[in-house]
Amino acid sequence: MKCTGPSGWVATSGRGASWWLLSPGLFWVGLFFFVPLCLVSAISFAERGLYGGIVWSFSLTNYSDLWHPLYARILGQSVLLAAVTALLCLVMGFPLAYYIARAAPNRQGIWLLLVMIPFWTNFLVRTYAWMFILRTEGLLNTLMLKAGLITAPIELLYSNTAVVIGLVYGYLPFMVLPLYVALERVDRTLVEAAWDLYATRWAVLWRIIVPLARPGIMAGCLLVFIPSLGAFLTPDLLGGARSMMVGNLIQHEFLIARDWPLGAAISCVLMVFVLSMMGWSLRVTRPLSREEPES
Amino acid sequence: MKRMGGWLWHASLANLFFLYGPIAVLILFSFNASRLSATWQGWSWQWYRALWANQSLLDAAANSLWVAAVSTVLALLFGVGLALGLEGLPWKRQRQIEQALLLPLVIPEVMMGVSLLLFFVLIQVPLSLTTVLLGHAVFNVPVVMIIVRARLRKLDPRLLEAAADLGASYWESLRHVTIPLLRPSIVGAGLMAFTISLDDFIVTFFTAGPGATTLPLRVYSMIKSGMSPEINALSALFVMVSMGLIGLSLLLQRR
Repeated sequence: MKCTGPSGWVATSGRGASWWLLSPGLFWVGLFFFVPLCLVSAISFAERGLYGGIVWSFSLTNYSDLWHPLYARILGQSVLLAAVTALLCLVMGFPLAYYIARAAPNRQGIWLLLVMIPFWTNFLVRTYAWMFILRTEGLLNTLMLKAGLITAPIELLYSNTAVVIGLVYGYLPFMVLPLYVALERVDRTLVEAAWDLYATRWAVLWRIIVPLARPGIMAGCLLVFIPSLGAFLTPDLLGGARSMMVGNLIQHEFLIARDWPLGAAISCVLMVFVLSMMGWSLRVTRPLSREEPES
Repeated sequence: MKRMGGWLWHASLANLFFLYGPIAVLILFSFNASRLSATWQGWSWQWYRALWANQSLLDAAANSLWVAAVSTVLALLFGVGLALGLEGLPWKRQRQIEQALLLPLVIPEVMMGVSLLLFFVLIQVPLSLTTVLLGHAVFNVPVVMIIVRARLRKLDPRLLEAAADLGASYWESLRHVTIPLLRPSIVGAGLMAFTISLDDFIVTFFTAGPGATTLPLRVYSMIKSGMSPEINALSALFVMVSMGLIGLSLLLQRR
């Protein structure tokens, strides 16, 4: 046979057919995803009409408006909250991922499933669960009052802390999975060798395990950071008036302030930021994964 | 490692407690007799009965099911086509197209909602349940594509070679060999897409017209207008339906 894999086989007999199969889907995603995105970037250069419509023109005012302290603060805060979320997920998820990677192979699947199941339940419902726990008359306050830990309910909900809790809760599985993949590949004999050479726990962790797991750590942080940065529901439901994030700002500009060009400009900034982070991470992690087969 | 085993085990359990505790609490308190929902006053089914009697919720549920069903069918048509078609392209081109098609899953969902809203307004299509399901059919296409493609990669190429040796054309072998072998993963992908559509809030929020209320939109407005045990009951139902569907989907993908 000339060809080895299924792709090779199809390539010889059906390249024309492939395009027939591809084109409806490409057309669909192009029309309802890429065209709208292009429209958003086009509108970000337009101006707002008197009653909230769009006046087509070419101006950069929407982008220069973003430097206004009000918007800059929200953008900065979003990056900060998303970074804190990624860091907390890393700290919490690392032991779990390490435990799963070192568990018996037949147990690993079950553990991974246990990590993923909450992710597959409705995000809105999961956020609501935290409202139920954290609010003033909520479960946590009720329990603490009964236990005599506090004398009056404390305000837990509607704060940046609540937002970070909600984000960590929502995206922890995104951290655990890539970490697990990376840690599972770490050569156990290297760790054993370090123990034999009387390395301390911390030395094993920082000098052997963490460097080897770096691609997984980076992938996990990115997978948590990106959706946290663009989060809408979590800050909307758990955050207070001062915990607005980019997602809420975009929604506000589009649906409430009806300043579509400004909303579009914020969206474009977010998109460029997200895409450049992705591109950067691909470039940083690719050399690492290319080395792997050799080592 | 063994030397850290005890500590790791406890940290892992703490993680699971963190992941499952809130959901468990939510479900438990959906059976609470008290309206002051954070103190336990005994078991009751009353909030579930209240849901059943609420006509606007039932209407929203019907809307959600309709949107999920139609958008799943669309996503399956496009997604399976993409998965099959990509196999026939040169490796480099495959990667390029795949990466572009994964973008809907990567960019923040708010942006997708906003851009669809803008698109529909600019081409003067009034927002309705139809615009919602069109949007859902977009983000579900890559979901279907990924799942079906994963299965396609594992198929034995000799089966296709055998079909070709027996004189089957490309389309004939697709119909009689490839598609039947892919069927479990296609059904699994469909269930996954159906669940994601059923659960979606953000894209729906931006693309829904007046009166086009789906269940998550209804839950959202209930939450915004104040907590009530009915929301717990509705949430508990949501959790169970999602978990059931996803469990089924994973079983089918494994086969």
